Amino acid sequence: MANKSVLGLFIDENEAGDALSSLRKAKYQDNEFEVMTGTPYPHGTFGEAHPKLRLHRFPIFGAVIGFTVALIITVGTQLAYPLVTGGKPVLSIPPMLVIFYEMTLLFSVIVTVFGALFESRLPKIFMGAYDERIMTEGYIGVVVSVPIDRIPKAEQILKKSGAESTKRGWEE
Amino acid sequence: MQEHQQLSDSEITEDLTAPVIRSARWFWSVVGSLGFIMLVGISGYIYELYSGLGVTGVQRPVYWGAYITNFVFWIGISHAGIMVSAILRLTQAEWKRPITRAAEVLTLFSLIAALSNIMFHVGRPWRIYWITPLPPIFIGFDFARGIWPNVRSPFVWDPVAVGTYLLSTILFVYTCLIPDIALVRDKVKAGPAKIIYSILALGFRGTPRQWKVQGTAPILLSALVLPIFVSVHSIVSWDFAVSIAVEGWHSTIFAPYFIIGAIHSGVSGVVTLMAGLLWLYKLDKYIKPDHFDAIGRLLVVVATIWFFALFLEWVYALYPLEDPEIALRNMQVSQPPWSYLFIVFLLTGFFIPVGAWLFKSVRRNPMWMFFTTILVNIGMWLERFLIIVPGLSRRTELSFNWGTYTPSLVEIGLVAFTFAFVICGVLVFARIFPLIPPFDIKEGMRFRHVIKIGKKNISAVVRE
Repeated sequence: MANKSVLGLFIDENEAGDALSSLRKAKYQDNEFEVMTGTPYPHGTFGEAHPKLRLHRFPIFGAVIGFTVALIITVGTQLAYPLVTGGKPVLSIPPMLVIFYEMTLLFSVIVTVFGALFESRLPKIFMGAYDERIMTEGYIGVVVSVPIDRIPKAEQILKKSGAESTKRGWEE
Repeated sequence: MQEHQQLSDSEITEDLTAPVIRSARWFWSVVGSLGFIMLVGISGYIYELYSGLGVTGVQRPVYWGAYITNFVFWIGISHAGIMVSAILRLTQAEWKRPITRAAEVLTLFSLIAALSNIMFHVGRPWRIYWITPLPPIFIGFDFARGIWPNVRSPFVWDPVAVGTYLLSTILFVYTCLIPDIALVRDKVKAGPAKIIYSILALGFRGTPRQWKVQGTAPILLSALVLPIFVSVHSIVSWDFAVSIAVEGWHSTIFAPYFIIGAIHSGVSGVVTLMAGLLWLYKLDKYIKPDHFDAIGRLLVVVATIWFFALFLEWVYALYPLEDPEIALRNMQVSQPPWSYLFIVFLLTGFFIPVGAWLFKSVRRNPMWMFFTTILVNIGMWLERFLIIVPGLSRRTELSFNWGTYTPSLVEIGLVAFTFAFVICGVLVFARIFPLIPPFDIKEGMRFRHVIKIGKKNISAVVRE
């Protein structure tokens, strides 16, 4: 069954936190609801689950790729056409280090950015139930994404917890 | 102590997205004027492409002139932008919030301006891809291309370093921009703009996971971009320093000297930009005298270290008592026009601005900071000119190698082009994306409180 989502909009942080507690009491799982805010809050402000990130691994992975690419570019191209210039060795380590350094860092940055998008679960094509006031006016959104038969109960919990308004949307 | 004015999320959104939602009255006239300057510069470039480099002032033995000076200058400006942003992010300095984005954007456009100077300078720009290790299969039409780039040449290190820096900066700026693109997506009315912002925002919704990544990724990226920043100007300095033929260039102190010069010039560029934005967009609720004061104190330290590096560069050059080196230094300080330029360089690059920044009233005044930092960059442009041109036009034993250099109108036009491009680029960026990150300001506002100690109200920041 396709998931549908329902969004409750809160002004007060405590009410949004209460909504999460009530959802848990009503047997909604942590992966079925999410908080949305227009600014970062300290982790645990709403009693939400602590997201685990592995972002720090990505730069190391990128560095390995970058170093390998640099090795291929420098050693590979110089050996493919071994031209002696200025009486220097064809594979001259000090200038190759410059290319190694830059490529290692470049690929670390590129892979870290891809890692950041992956860890953010972006791009997200279907946004589900969402309200523009979350970003623009500082509202706190609590969105519940569950099969359609469990939506009315979730909506009721959100309203009971003090949601100023609720709205529904489709999930992917 | 930072002055405090509590603002709501809606107020911050309105204030900081206003330039994105509607153009300021001055916007099109200013951008149009800058566009005209750029058009003049491009016309000169087309003329140069058609006629060859003979239309510039460069001639034997001065083969590097205004374009290379300008290249080094813009690379320098680009440095402090990202440095200020990265160091402030890494140290979690509270006063970073309104500054970081503008600094990063300045980096972005000044890097593009720097690279454009290389295009102006080379004789056959349509073969610029020769610096890339593209296999011949991709460029089968180019029969002249039979060999690979020479990785032992600084002219291959240079594009690799600058290219790495440009790509990293673009990715850095974009990653930090995603929440603000999402804000603008939610702020603009339905239409093509909303579709484009929606695509660029990638569906960002502000979940705890996404905010945690937004907190971690910029710090990680800062830690990666800082070593790139150090390497780029080192490599630019090695363009000169690895040449053993030119007195004044072959110096071991060039890498740190160029880096600290770049920081001096670039931090000054950031201050000029901050003061300009404050005036143009009326951002006095966000950019305060405290910010100018803090960055002004940083500038005093940076400028003093740079001046010490300049002093050391002269000591190292003169200590061996080699005749050609002494002749070059003598030419720089006692022969017009170099001597006049040298005096202007010292006064504008160090003595006038640093003397002024010692006064708190100057540091806290945006108008004074605007003018003094412009003076710094006049001085720093001249510094690069005085390294490059007198070094090449020096007098040697062979009198037919004597020569001098006067920039042509085409070169002056293209140097003006780069300045217009950077200003225009920043203004157009500010028309499309918020130049002060609203989410960062809102976060700062949430953690800031006024506490009462005795009879005094003190603004304090709570940190997790």
